[in-house]
Amino acid sequence: MFTPDRSKYPKHVNGRPEIDLSSGKYTKVWHGPQHPGITGNMALEITLCGDEVVESITHVGYLHRGFEKLMERRTFIQCFPIVCRIAVPEPAFNEYCFSAALEELSDIEIPEQAQWLRTFNLELMRLSSFLMWIGGMAGALGQGTIGQWCVTHRDYVADLFEEMTGGRIYHMYMLPGGVRAPLPPGFKERAFKVFDGIEKMLDAVDKVLYNNYVFKQRTQGLGIITRDMIERYGVVGPNARACGVKRDVRLDEPYVKYDELDFDYVTANASDAYARAVCRFEETLQSIDLCRQVLNKMPKDGPFHTKTPNVMNWKVAPGETYAKAECTRGEYGFYMVTDGSDKPRRVHARGPSMTHAICLMEQLAINTNVSDIAGLMVSIHTYPPEVER
Amino acid sequence: MKLKDVISPFYVWKRAFEKPYTNTNPLETRDGSANYRGFHANDIEMCIGCGTCEAVCQNAAIDMVPVEGVDTTMSDSGLRPKIDYGRCCWCALCVDVCTTASLRLTNEYTWFSSDKDEDFRFIPGIDKKSWDDNELGYRRHEGLELLDYKRQAMDHIPFEDSTKSFIEMFHGYSAKQAKLEAERCVDCGLCIAKCPAHMDIPEYIKAIRDGDFELGAKILYATNPMPATCGRICTHLCETVCSIGVQGDPVAIRWLKRYIIDQIEPGDLKDALGEIFPDNGKKVAIIGAGPGGLSAAYYLRQLGYSTTIYEGREAAGGMIRYGVPEYRMPYDQIDKETNYLKECGVEFKFNTYVGRDIQLENLMDDYDAVYFSVGLTIPYGLGIEGEEHPRVLSGLQVLDDATERVEENPNIGKSVAVIGGGNVAMDCCRVSKRYDADVHLYYRRRISEMPADSDEIHESQGEGVVFHTQAIPVRVEPADNPNQVKLVWGEAEMVTPKDGGRPRPVLQEDKIHTDTFDCIIKAIGQEGNYEFFTGEYKEKLETKWGKIIHNEYMQTSIPKLFVGGDIANPQADAISAIADGHLAAKGIDLFLLHPDDKQMKK
Ligand SMILES: Cc1cc2nc3c(=O)[nH]c(=O)nc-3n(C[C@H](O)[C@H](O)[C@H](O)COP(=O)(O)OP(=O)(O)OC[C@H]3O[C@@H](n4cnc5c(N)ncnc54)[C@H](O)[C@@H]3O)c2cc1C
Ligand code: SF4
Ligand code: SF4
Repeated sequence: MFTPDRSKYPKHVNGRPEIDLSSGKYTKVWHGPQHPGITGNMALEITLCGDEVVESITHVGYLHRGFEKLMERRTFIQCFPIVCRIAVPEPAFNEYCFSAALEELSDIEIPEQAQWLRTFNLELMRLSSFLMWIGGMAGALGQGTIGQWCVTHRDYVADLFEEMTGGRIYHMYMLPGGVRAPLPPGFKERAFKVFDGIEKMLDAVDKVLYNNYVFKQRTQGLGIITRDMIERYGVVGPNARACGVKRDVRLDEPYVKYDELDFDYVTANASDAYARAVCRFEETLQSIDLCRQVLNKMPKDGPFHTKTPNVMNWKVAPGETYAKAECTRGEYGFYMVTDGSDKPRRVHARGPSMTHAICLMEQLAINTNVSDIAGLMVSIHTYPPEVER
Repeated sequence: MKLKDVISPFYVWKRAFEKPYTNTNPLETRDGSANYRGFHANDIEMCIGCGTCEAVCQNAAIDMVPVEGVDTTMSDSGLRPKIDYGRCCWCALCVDVCTTASLRLTNEYTWFSSDKDEDFRFIPGIDKKSWDDNELGYRRHEGLELLDYKRQAMDHIPFEDSTKSFIEMFHGYSAKQAKLEAERCVDCGLCIAKCPAHMDIPEYIKAIRDGDFELGAKILYATNPMPATCGRICTHLCETVCSIGVQGDPVAIRWLKRYIIDQIEPGDLKDALGEIFPDNGKKVAIIGAGPGGLSAAYYLRQLGYSTTIYEGREAAGGMIRYGVPEYRMPYDQIDKETNYLKECGVEFKFNTYVGRDIQLENLMDDYDAVYFSVGLTIPYGLGIEGEEHPRVLSGLQVLDDATERVEENPNIGKSVAVIGGGNVAMDCCRVSKRYDADVHLYYRRRISEMPADSDEIHESQGEGVVFHTQAIPVRVEPADNPNQVKLVWGEAEMVTPKDGGRPRPVLQEDKIHTDTFDCIIKAIGQEGNYEFFTGEYKEKLETKWGKIIHNEYMQTSIPKLFVGGDIANPQADAISAIADGHLAAKGIDLFLLHPDDKQMKK
């Protein structure tokens, strides 16, 4: 293994390296915002010593659409088409948290069937997002073919979303009061077929990626998240579970119908990029299992939406709440404040990416070989739009 | 290094033999799913141009635009949504809130144009598109209600008890009910056009949502000085065009009006409205203190005229007091409104019947202008043999007696036949019920064709009035008992005339019945009494079908003389009389203070 000459490394003053670029010892490179290994519109400003990273600063600002501010100027129902955009690959968690928060503040109980449909939608969302991630992770380490497989099957999941919600990417399905539509006839059979296909594909991925000497070599020992980082940086989701931490909102504080499903924490112990990849792989299979469980358990039909006040004149009494759910990357939440008017006073979307992509990544990058930065970045699974709400 | 980790990845070769997953577009295309949110389609005939879609669209992708072939009518703005696909995000909220369900999305998601000038803003249903007839695509699913289609019911005295007294039957909304009902409105404003007085309904409903009753009262008084009356007994034409009424119950506009004004105590109107009345030195005489007269007086006061109302009876309200029974229209509510007019400086001369106590000529000489709204006081006859029988009573008289001496039976006995199908007939039935009579209603046509308000019909039936429809009175015969009378009537068959048109009831000669009653009350309509017009005024006054001819500002053929109310408009209801009074006030102002105005005869 490569061992750098640490004598050339910068001194740390007040916790930050002292870098004199004119010394000729360092090179600054921008990794992103166009780099495919950067998981979207973010940039890492990396200072290298040789090919080892001595400092990494995460830059955002390429994707700021001001959702939180927009929502303060929109009526509650008008916020509904906005929220899904806060995390492009996982709109469902935004829809769910927004609706759940509003329902809580307005004392609305959603019907049983709506809860099942929401559970299914959320879990299918996790499945879709994990597939994308597996493909991305493989791609970041040079295995683009696996990326194609995963995205293909993710498209079949998008077909299911399209049937269920009317949209492939932005579903706009879970809205205050429940969901917008019941499942179309024959949906369950088609969904099961898609799941079978994914399982078959994942079996191939297991062989080609997870039992691959190169992949293991490059990811084992990469980006080890230490115990003390977990609390300090608020590490959640598979990033935390791959360190042996049992933390999963679905199990810790079950919402919708998760308390009626049979599943457990997926954990690993190595705390490195490989362990995270394994956790996510297991969770992808778990998602398929949960989706099947939901479709098998949920009633055939029933009301899927509860009447809300006329959305054109919906005012919500003053209050505040925080609604959360487990997205693929950990705890996702909406903090909502209402002031009695027809618009939210403040909405704050809390996604795991903020802490993971900035605080955690800046730490993990140090002492990493520059060629592993893309793999490292993908291994912590972040979505820039949720950093820039 | 495990050997497996080196060999295993070669599994990838197996996949090389799989069929491709992609479609070879354009050879192979894929349709959007049944629920797909693609381009819009709109059923232009169903759409009423309410603009709710425009209001909900957070992208401001919708503009309501006039389109060829769609006219503005009382129940249709004539506008249709135009979608800017540069802005639309296909959320379909516009579909979910479409009040008529005319709007939907199709499953078409692609549109190409090789013409760089072709607009990407379409008016669905007007700009013909290939997807117009696609059956598939997103529609509002049954069970998803983002609008509130169900009306808040108003509590009332149950039918078992309602006939035991003249106490107001409907209790009015509670604060919670009123707010919930007010929240149902989508602010389309179609009702404004339909209301004869063009009341600003969405704004006063908003005032209820905001809990600002003073503002609400100001909005009411801007077009209607009798909101407590209209909030109870208005014919509520506005509700017939309410866009929420297309898929659900129309918003209870009338009850909401009542709710606002009920929140203001009788003595507090002056403070709440905070009006200042100027004085322009001119004076106007008004004949008749019914809604038409009261409204003219109020708006003339606002314009600075000194106004005096000459009223033959001892109290104000006209038919609202002497016709409409107290269980529908409590007298203290009429007093509340009239007293406020007194506070506005309107002078009342009661017990002064023009033609008897004072002459029209005197008023024409003494005042700068005269307005009259004397209502319809002469009941129509039945036009059948024997109707002069003393036990055949006029409905107006019975109702008048019930107002003047409510504790006495107005000479109707205990079994009553009421003839007619309008509101007056319903009132006669229900008043008779309150004097413990057994009541039978006879009407020539079917229930669906009755001119009476459907609520009235429902409540009459609820109170136990026996309805005989397609029943034509043939003649009246004396009964053995001189205090009784016989009604001979025949069953009718509805026959559609050969040239089409409305089916007419035709008497079936072989189906004639005779029933005996203590009295027969005729309530088939009434006409105006213009006897106080004498001399040159009688000659100059122009009438048609018994109504006074006037211009659009209610000026009659005699320049100084203005008219309004039942004798001037075909609707013959309170709100039309009120609208006439308001218009006449503007007309009088144009006539007296704007000498250059071309619309008025000078
Ligand atoms: C039984 C009944 C029920 C009705 N129910 C409803 C209802 O539910 N909703 C609704 O909107 N409308 C209803 N109407 C109609 C409504 O009452 C009239 O449309 C409205 O009152 C007309 O107002 P007006 O000012 O034209 O005349 P009126 O209300 O008839 O007032 C005319 C006034 O002029 C006075 N007057 C007449 N001649 C003279 C004279 N020569 N000198 C001095 N004073 C004179 C009369 O005493 C009377 O006070 C009902 C009518 C009746 C008869
Ligand atoms: S689909 Fe949504 S964005 Fe498009 S016009 Fe309708 S409300 Fe506006
Ligand atoms: S909401 Fe429906 S009825 Fe109203 S204007 Fe839009 S398309 Fe027409």
